[in-house]
Amino acid sequence: MTVTVYVPNDSGALSLGAGRIAAAIEKEAQQRGLDIKLVRNGSRGMFWLEPLVEVETSEGRIGYGPVQLKDIPGLFDADFLNGGKHTLEVGTIDEIPYFKKQQRLTFARIGLTDPVSLDDYLAHEGYRGLKNALAMSGADIVKQVTDSGLRGRGGAAFPTGIKWNTVLNTPSEQKYIICNADEGDSGTFSDRMVMEDDPFVLIEGMTIAGIAVGATQGYIYLRVEYPHAHRALNTAIEKAYQAGYLGGNIQGSGKQFDLEVRLGAGAYVCGEETSLMESLEGKRGLVRFKPPLPAISGLFGKPTIVNNVISLASVPIILDKGGEYYRDFGMGRSRGTLPIQLAGNIKYPGLVELAFGLTLRELLYDYGGGSASGRPIKAVQVGGPLGAYLPESQFDTPLDYEAFAAIWAVVGHGGIVVFDDTVDMAEMARYSMEFCAIESCGKCTPCRIGSTRGEEVIKDIIAGRDLHKNIPLLRDLCDTLLNGSLCALGGMTPYPVLSALNHFPEDFGITEQASAA
Amino acid sequence: MTETVSMLSIVKEITSALKDKPGALLPILHDIQNALGYIPADSIPMIASELNLSRAEVHGVISFYHYFRETPPGKQTIHLCRAESCQAMGSKLLEDHVKAKLGIDFHETTADGRFSLEPVYCLGLCSCSPSMQIGNDVYGRVSNESFDGVIGEMEALS
Repeated sequence: MTVTVYVPNDSGALSLGAGRIAAAIEKEAQQRGLDIKLVRNGSRGMFWLEPLVEVETSEGRIGYGPVQLKDIPGLFDADFLNGGKHTLEVGTIDEIPYFKKQQRLTFARIGLTDPVSLDDYLAHEGYRGLKNALAMSGADIVKQVTDSGLRGRGGAAFPTGIKWNTVLNTPSEQKYIICNADEGDSGTFSDRMVMEDDPFVLIEGMTIAGIAVGATQGYIYLRVEYPHAHRALNTAIEKAYQAGYLGGNIQGSGKQFDLEVRLGAGAYVCGEETSLMESLEGKRGLVRFKPPLPAISGLFGKPTIVNNVISLASVPIILDKGGEYYRDFGMGRSRGTLPIQLAGNIKYPGLVELAFGLTLRELLYDYGGGSASGRPIKAVQVGGPLGAYLPESQFDTPLDYEAFAAIWAVVGHGGIVVFDDTVDMAEMARYSMEFCAIESCGKCTPCRIGSTRGEEVIKDIIAGRDLHKNIPLLRDLCDTLLNGSLCALGGMTPYPVLSALNHFPEDFGITEQASAA
Repeated sequence: MTETVSMLSIVKEITSALKDKPGALLPILHDIQNALGYIPADSIPMIASELNLSRAEVHGVISFYHYFRETPPGKQTIHLCRAESCQAMGSKLLEDHVKAKLGIDFHETTADGRFSLEPVYCLGLCSCSPSMQIGNDVYGRVSNESFDGVIGEMEALS
């Protein structure tokens, strides 16, 4: 009997040797005359177990991980193909608490299926949202998205339905759907996982968006740092064309939607939507003034939806199960689920999709298991390099857009980077300014000059020079950046800088006596 | 001379094939860099004339994006992540080790032309920090020892 063995093709797993493991398992099976079917699935998102090898058994899919090359003969000796006992065995995947406790809507298929198999996608509820959408009017599709309460998962959390509605109601002979796949925030990898591990869900979401608002051309603006995602997307797009899910007559509906992947070139600022559109037009990625909004005058001056990967990948399930189904998850005005990414110095790093509302503490300790180094967690940065650093005293904040805004922090794209007590927060603040200086597009003065001046001032502070003058100077500079920058790069760099300064003054050499004086 | 001629014929071929795409410049620059390893200064007038842009505009785009380079890279380019998640897992010490081992700083190429070193701000492998990328191959939880192993393997292969 043929046994199905799964070895992930996700680049996280590949970075830990999954490619070699897959080849070695095939070779070993051949040498032993065993009949296996090797499937390169996506990752389950439990990266401390990667490379995680799974075997299909009558009890479900049994996992073994983290598997190293030297473990392979032993796994065969232990009859892992029949779910045999081995020290690396982690049991049935579905029963691992980290996985079992999640609420996977957007990530429902990820890790389960072969990402580039359209048959697998269709067998796991794929393209049901599109099927419904094709039978609906544009306005009804937009209403479902509006009713779902979905807010932009890229970071700004703008209601997706409102954006779609604006494009729907702006007449134009040409409209565009852009997927912002320039996921440059450190600590985030959920976009990457969707594109590598379930690319069809993004294609389906974009197709639904196109049909809803009458846009016939879509672009996925993908960062060049993601070559594996690039390959998976192109393979999936080709298959979707072949099967009539893209092109001039989608599933015989007479409706058209074409899709192309375009690569960025290592500019962080191109994750800002207007800069992204400049880049797509073949120019320097300079931020545009707003208004006009992209929904009215976007790519090539036409009405354009720009949505993040996760926002668009959440659309198929909303159209499949209805806006109300999705809205029933979450808290307050943060509806649905968020794929949270646990990264940095954490024992159990990975992808945790849950309804909004869990506290940071639950995520860091119940899921994350504390720091990887075993030392106390000193700070976490939520929401990428422009997100605030949070100290332990704020760990009871629930993951909710408004609750985070209330403590001058951001949920952003849901990335959480953990630092233990060896981190020097003044150095992290200096790095934030350095990063802003490297990545500034240069259009507005506060960001272009302020970031360089900011790094200089923090270096002076670290060297202990004139703190009584330099600390107020840094605050003043941050105020200028916050209020005077064109986009979030300059406008939010003060978040990590000031939160580090406010919560960890001792790292800046500020003693209690000095601040009391 | 012949090298320049064949370089220009590659540039011409790529530019002609892609110039009618909307927003063609980035796809063209990517294909040229994929084919040649960098975007030679000599190719700029040809790209500009094909796209009806000024040379300054083309140069401006090349210099804006960190990924595009105007000098030939080493045989292998190592992209080492400098972002926060990797820093939280000791990437600064790794960075020091890599620079010492190769004898170069960021944006430099080893004297034997084998390796170029570039910083990268996130590879999306933050659950496997610290990370790096060489060509299309990605490496997670990189230690000084595993870095030496990877480099040693590449040197043995070449």
